[in-house]
Amino acid sequence: MKARVVVTLKNGVLDPQGKAIEGALKSLGVEGVESVRQGKVFDVEVTGADAAAAKAQLTAACEKLLANTVIENYQIDV
Amino acid sequence: MKAAVIVFPGSNREGDMARALEQATGQKPAMLWHADHELPAGTDLVVLPGGFSYGDYLRCGAIAGRATIMDAVRAHAARGGLVLGVCNGFQILCESGLLPGLLMRNANLRFVCKMQHLRVERNDTAFTRHYAKGQVIEVCIAHGEGNYEADDATIARLEGEGLVAFRYCAADGALGGDANPNGSRNDIAGIYSEKRNVLGLMPHPENLIDPLVGGIDGRALFESLASAA
Repeated sequence: MKARVVVTLKNGVLDPQGKAIEGALKSLGVEGVESVRQGKVFDVEVTGADAAAAKAQLTAACEKLLANTVIENYQIDV
Repeated sequence: MKAAVIVFPGSNREGDMARALEQATGQKPAMLWHADHELPAGTDLVVLPGGFSYGDYLRCGAIAGRATIMDAVRAHAARGGLVLGVCNGFQILCESGLLPGLLMRNANLRFVCKMQHLRVERNDTAFTRHYAKGQVIEVCIAHGEGNYEADDATIARLEGEGLVAFRYCAADGALGGDANPNGSRNDIAGIYSEKRNVLGLMPHPENLIDPLVGGIDGRALFESLASAA
């Protein structure tokens, strides 16, 4: 079963990389960009077919390693 | 003083660290691998050296912070044992939960490699007794992610309990402005754990122990540790 975990910085946390990308988009003339925040995407192949179990396993994965919950939020799509 | 240096895949300052420890203590430290399970019996000090453990993949220090040996390091710290983490070692201490907060990308997005002045905030710890309180020292920094960040409550606690070990400063000790190389909150270059037995810092005192390389301001840290146990 395929799952996707998206880890993003919490609101209010300084994101220098997002700021740099935002500046680059503006200098390229891309219009309508208010702001950019950079995050991470993990595509995970999960064993078994139980979506709820997979979600619980991936929650543990996020809490233990994939996200630093001091500054990051995570979202799991199974 | 029995010291152990933990080597992770991608560590690169373990040789400098071992040399600094041997110079100060007269004993070669034990070199341990990240997959080891135990510290040698009687270890007084555990050191996490600088480098790029696991290639800085995921987040700096994130994978190393969960390595097998870190359970033994956590137990050692909980017993009051001394732990020193420098640069990537500091990042590992934050990711492992031994120190609060974390190190983010430098605010100016550049890797910074230069000599840097630091102010010693207190000299009544196992790490700093051979310095003077408020002394300005010069060591080197070399990092891309040294921007110390924590939530407001944590910063207030660190400041209130005197857990800031070193601050970036100018040659005359003045704080702020260009003297802060990476955007760290409150110019923080290093912090202690609650019991002051764990120290994490971004600068590299182990590289300033020999007059041949331009200074010996790092020596006192290792001499302090040598006289602590």
